[in-house]
Amino acid sequence: MSHMTFQLETVSCPSCINKIEGMLSKTKGIQRAEVRFNTSRVRVEFDGNIVSSSGIGAKIEKLGYRVLSGM
Amino acid sequence: MLKWNQKQTVQISALLIAVSFVLMKWLGNEPVTIALMLTTSAVAGVSIFKKAIAALRYRIIGIDTLVTLAVIGAIAIGEYWEAAAVTFLFTLGNYLEARTLERTRSSIRALMDLAPDIARVRRDGGETVVSPEEVRLGEVVIVKPGEKIPVDGTVIEGNAYVNQAAVTGEALPLSRKAGEMVFSGTIIESGYLLVSAERVGNNTTFARIMHLVEEAQDNKAKAQKFLESFARYYTPAIMLLAALLLIVTRDVHLALTILVISCPGALVISTPISIVAGIGNGAKHGILFKGGEVMEKLGAVRAIAFDKTGTLTEGKPTVTKVTTYGIDELTLLRHTAIGEAYSEHPLAAAIVAEARLRNGGPIQGMAEQVRIITGQGISFLYQGRAYYVGNRKLFAHKGWNTEEYEAYLQSEEQQGQTVIMVGTEAGILGMISIADTVRSGAAKLVTRLRAQGISNMTMLTGDNGRAAQAIAGTTGLDACYSELLPEDKVHILKRLAHRHGSIAMVGDGVNDAPALASADLGIAIGGAGKDVAMETADVVLMGGDIDKLSYAVGLSRAAARNIKQNISFALLVVGLLLTGVLLQTVDMSIGMLIHEGSVLLVILNAMRLSRYGRITNKRET
Repeated sequence: MSHMTFQLETVSCPSCINKIEGMLSKTKGIQRAEVRFNTSRVRVEFDGNIVSSSGIGAKIEKLGYRVLSGM
Repeated sequence: MLKWNQKQTVQISALLIAVSFVLMKWLGNEPVTIALMLTTSAVAGVSIFKKAIAALRYRIIGIDTLVTLAVIGAIAIGEYWEAAAVTFLFTLGNYLEARTLERTRSSIRALMDLAPDIARVRRDGGETVVSPEEVRLGEVVIVKPGEKIPVDGTVIEGNAYVNQAAVTGEALPLSRKAGEMVFSGTIIESGYLLVSAERVGNNTTFARIMHLVEEAQDNKAKAQKFLESFARYYTPAIMLLAALLLIVTRDVHLALTILVISCPGALVISTPISIVAGIGNGAKHGILFKGGEVMEKLGAVRAIAFDKTGTLTEGKPTVTKVTTYGIDELTLLRHTAIGEAYSEHPLAAAIVAEARLRNGGPIQGMAEQVRIITGQGISFLYQGRAYYVGNRKLFAHKGWNTEEYEAYLQSEEQQGQTVIMVGTEAGILGMISIADTVRSGAAKLVTRLRAQGISNMTMLTGDNGRAAQAIAGTTGLDACYSELLPEDKVHILKRLAHRHGSIAMVGDGVNDAPALASADLGIAIGGAGKDVAMETADVVLMGGDIDKLSYAVGLSRAAARNIKQNISFALLVVGLLLTGVLLQTVDMSIGMLIHEGSVLLVILNAMRLSRYGRITNKRET
């Protein structure tokens, strides 16, 4: 199991949390996803054999949130 | 396609909607008015629609989806004004929310900005500028006026006034000279320093604090977890209601209005936004809260237990009195110090320091056969004579009768002194009284805490009963428990917590680790290099003193109040909106206005927390 934290551009709307968490938790290979509202970060626990971290980043971008960095 | 940023979109759609409104009043719903309203919806709505579509691809329904649905529905039934107003208000609301959120989060951002960005090091005979992470341990860093110190380390040359606010929250600059410690993130106001790098990059105190603050902000409070799960069910429930209403009443307008108000935005952010403001305020004042739950707990606590040494006292015991029997004071101190030099006990350090001071330099002499008896004292041979240095237990163990000194011992102990007896086989040679100075602010702090409603304050210490009682008395504590082993402290904390609901334990974290961990809330006197304390405790007082405890309690209470206000306000708004819509007194645009307005009010209320200390300070002066 791998961990990854993505820094997004400032998340301002409260419903973004549910949207991003909802999308990620429906993605195959992702165990847990947590959006940290105050720091605008997303912490993801995933199985590296099924999804890649860049794939997760791309999915978040596709949902409409810019990913500034992954760490 | 034209690309506008959020601000431009808001400005253009504001202009468009204003013109639409005038046209509507002046001409009525003519084709030109309708065209303008549709343009407004398109301009303001384009980013909403895009997000809605992106979310739908993952089969997720967010507020964008609901608003889009409502707008399309409104246009379909000919409610062009509603469509324009809803999109405009939603865009404006989002923009204002982003701006105010930014300001609420800014106090933490300001702290992050204190991170040093360059380091000037002496390398290969010259001065090189590198990034702070690239400084190697032991390298000499040069820091000039106005610059940030990029590493933790010891000053090897120079004199400077250093503003340590980043690490201690204390804005008054301190004088720093050779031999003293300085910290990364602190700023030289005047003078210059050469610093030998001892910790760099992520290991500096400042980097650790930043890491803890970052983690803390999103450490969810209980209330927040509850609200998030509430929101998860609320939105689908409302959508179901909208669908039912549509089927039963055939009123499209009513069903669409319900959709607009179905996302309880104010409720979802009510807690996190207060917490980020509270934690930011604390961090600015040198108080580190490890999350929202910690603030909730500290706000509710009515009983506090203090450790003695290093917490209520300075933690640096000094010799206050020497009494001798047939030997001069200096000789007694010198002989004692020769043996005590082998012990690492703080009391031993006090005796050695006093002996050196009175001797005017290091003590010469070698002790032999040194035995350290934990909890009692030491014995050693010096110039062929056996010396015994320790407390009553040591001498009782050896079968000596110290009855005749008991009166003296007790009178000293009643004044908060710890007395060490020194003897040889021939008898007792003298007594050395040692005391730890009570922190200057301790008594005042206890008074302030009591005024804040902390009704029970106790002291837990391993020291003797009478000395402990004396300190508890001068500081004004309710009770003290003395001669405790670390595990005794844990038991007493459990009992106190049972009696008072919950208890906070304040300690300096080195010997109090089990107590700090077992209390409902561990508060550590942290800062300079006390990493263990910083990691284990729930609250860290960075300044290295306990003065800020009452501020921390006050701030926690204010944060808890703020959260309660936000939640009750948000719940009220949800209730009123729902009733208003069902009774058809609230239409789509008014619903959106109230919804966005309530989110803004919640953020603005939280912002009051960022200003907490400023208001109370004024009131006090």
